[in-house]
Amino acid sequence: MKILVAVKRVVDYAVKIRVKPDKTGVDTQNVKMSMNPFCEIALEEALRIKEAGFAKEVVAVSIGPSQCVDTLRTGLAMGADRGIHVEASYSFLPLTIAKILKSLADVENPGLIFLGKQAIDDDCNQTGQMVAALLGWPQATFASKVVVLDKDKQSATVDREVDEGLETLSVDLPAVITTDLRLNQPRYATLPNIMKAKSKPIKKMTLEDLKVDIKSDIEIVEVTEPPKRKSGVIVSSVDELIYKLKNEAHVV
Amino acid sequence: MMMIHRWRRSGEFVRSACKSLSSLRPEHNSMSPPVSGFVNRYESKGKTFQSNAWNDHNRELDLGRNLGMMQQYKSFGSSSASKVQRNPLFSSLEPKDVSYFKEILGDKHVIEDEERLETANTDWMHKYRGSSKLMLLPKNTEEVSQILKYCDSRSLAVVPQGGNTGLVGGSVPVFDEVIINVGLMNKVLSFDEVSGVLVCEAGCILENLATFLDTKGFVMPLDLGAKGSCHIGGNVSTNAGGLRLIRYGSLHGTVLGLEAVTANGNVLDMLGTLRKDNTGYDLKHLFIGSEGSLGIVTKVSILTQPKMSSVNLAFIACKDFLSCQKLLVEAKRNLGEILSAFEFLDNNSMDLVLNHLDGVRNPVSSSENFYILIETTGSGETYDREKLEAFLLKSLEQGLVSDGVIAQDINQASSFWRIREGITEALQKAGACYKYDLSLPVEEIYNIVNDLRGRLGDLANVMGYGHLGDGLIEPYVYEWTSKHRGSISAEHGLGVMKANEIFYSKSPETVALMVSIKKLLDPKGILNPYKVLPHSFFSP
Repeated sequence: MKILVAVKRVVDYAVKIRVKPDKTGVDTQNVKMSMNPFCEIALEEALRIKEAGFAKEVVAVSIGPSQCVDTLRTGLAMGADRGIHVEASYSFLPLTIAKILKSLADVENPGLIFLGKQAIDDDCNQTGQMVAALLGWPQATFASKVVVLDKDKQSATVDREVDEGLETLSVDLPAVITTDLRLNQPRYATLPNIMKAKSKPIKKMTLEDLKVDIKSDIEIVEVTEPPKRKSGVIVSSVDELIYKLKNEAHVV
Repeated sequence: MMMIHRWRRSGEFVRSACKSLSSLRPEHNSMSPPVSGFVNRYESKGKTFQSNAWNDHNRELDLGRNLGMMQQYKSFGSSSASKVQRNPLFSSLEPKDVSYFKEILGDKHVIEDEERLETANTDWMHKYRGSSKLMLLPKNTEEVSQILKYCDSRSLAVVPQGGNTGLVGGSVPVFDEVIINVGLMNKVLSFDEVSGVLVCEAGCILENLATFLDTKGFVMPLDLGAKGSCHIGGNVSTNAGGLRLIRYGSLHGTVLGLEAVTANGNVLDMLGTLRKDNTGYDLKHLFIGSEGSLGIVTKVSILTQPKMSSVNLAFIACKDFLSCQKLLVEAKRNLGEILSAFEFLDNNSMDLVLNHLDGVRNPVSSSENFYILIETTGSGETYDREKLEAFLLKSLEQGLVSDGVIAQDINQASSFWRIREGITEALQKAGACYKYDLSLPVEEIYNIVNDLRGRLGDLANVMGYGHLGDGLIEPYVYEWTSKHRGSISAEHGLGVMKANEIFYSKSPETVALMVSIKKLLDPKGILNPYKVLPHSFFSP
């Protein structure tokens, strides 16, 4: 069985981001970029499944500009067998990504598609679900516990973290699984693996190859910072407090 | 000796005791005050342990307290009690003094509260405790000047204090010296975005300065584990080194100017912001590293560096120390200008950290004898990483490196640094320890650890770690060090811990000149007494 893992190149989690002065987006110049943490977890899970003997190959795919190859190299250094880079000049919204992944799935025929539950730059939490819908496959999102595969029954058991607690699902393969924080702790990229990664192939594909319509129905109008928290005010007397509550906060 | 000398390397050795002191000590005359000795007294549950670290006569190494007992209570002692006497020429605090201070500083900034004084009287390692009854919090240089002028006239001894994170007991009183803490003087005065020159007050916390500079795209030229608490004034006064010295050099190079107040209240404005200024004697260098004994630093002008976005960090495992040294040479040669840190720690240090800190794991899967942290900082992300990878893979092939990982994001990098920076914290939790920061010629550096291990056997856990890149390593040490022409305090300073040991690293003539300068600038000796220079020069 083949496992396809989608990994996204995002602004590093620890960076303090700033909005561009023209409000078209977040400033990504000279800012450290890394693999989306949830995607790391997804890749780690796929690797563990392969090491347990349930899968033959783990393929990492990334969609975006040429620097995505760095992210794929990280994936290969962690242990993925090969990478696919879908060339795109700007970042796409989830529906377009989902369409691209569907096309790829039609070509590669994986038994499982792993994604992070959301990307930390847009927090959409949509791509996994959309891919499953487009493919007509079952989905198990926010996976938080070991995915147990059953070879004979060709199904997987997944614990999901939901608002009310934990939910255990059984999904037939092929399926889409999105990963949550508590699923695993991703491995580090070791030197021997980095060395091996240099000889692993990264295939370049274009949107034309995949015959995907990238027209989006969504346009980002403006990106702004949330309003700064106003500092508190110390009042000098109860009367002043009542005055403020009445006339400024309008709550009395 | 903070020299970036290619033949000198350094690291820190720590010994922590694991057997009861009483079972191995011979009879000891605690009253004899050897000039080269140093007494550290721990008090616990009515029993008094005395450990005399360096004794010319019996070369015995005394150990700290039984690890098991450490969990029950903290220990601290005053090194002075049995060896240094309180200088009778210093006055004692009187109510009129307190009133005067309240008049010039305001009631709120004259601290007599016992709880706050307890913290201010105790050093970070909990090894030293003074008995000061008063702490002053000046808000500006003028107030510092008034305080010192008064104290000088009244012969009241004082201790300048910053973040109180020093490791040699230099920032706390030995007896009842008045504590002058500059924590309220924490403003950034100016920052030139073209030259990168930052001018700020001495009480600014290093981490806060780093955060401020980050928004401007610059970095401080120094970084240490204590950055969340230490003050820039203290860093300058102790000539702090830290993790980035290998890249940016020492404070003697990066501090462009400073303002200091001398013992008689004179304000010395040496706050230049020029890279080049050859007008007269460069007096600021006297204050950098003088540990508050020549004056209180009130403002600092420092050259900061542009922040470079591409930072890569690798955590490497090496089989033996020789490989570590070779790796350092190769790193400098192959990584060149992008190398920004080269730290090492041995297996014992790793175990200590894994045992005492939460959420820490060994990045390398196998347990090895030595671990190295290599950091590169540059402007080209892909180029830098390829350079680092190529270098490490070559080292792997050559057998210099047995295993290693490269951090893929900032979180992983932070967790690698946590291991190295957390050693001091883990030591505190582990128990009493003797920490020595020495610099030694490269070849010798780990020999001293092995030597000590041979001598001590089961009695203590000896570990080595430090800034291999610029040569810092710490113990039995003073003799051994002196014999091999190393420095007994590469970075942490002399403080009270090594005040009498200076002769291990400096000739009598140079020390005599230091004493003359001290007596010139501070005739009554009120600034941070009993520290830095040998007591015998100042006892009445």
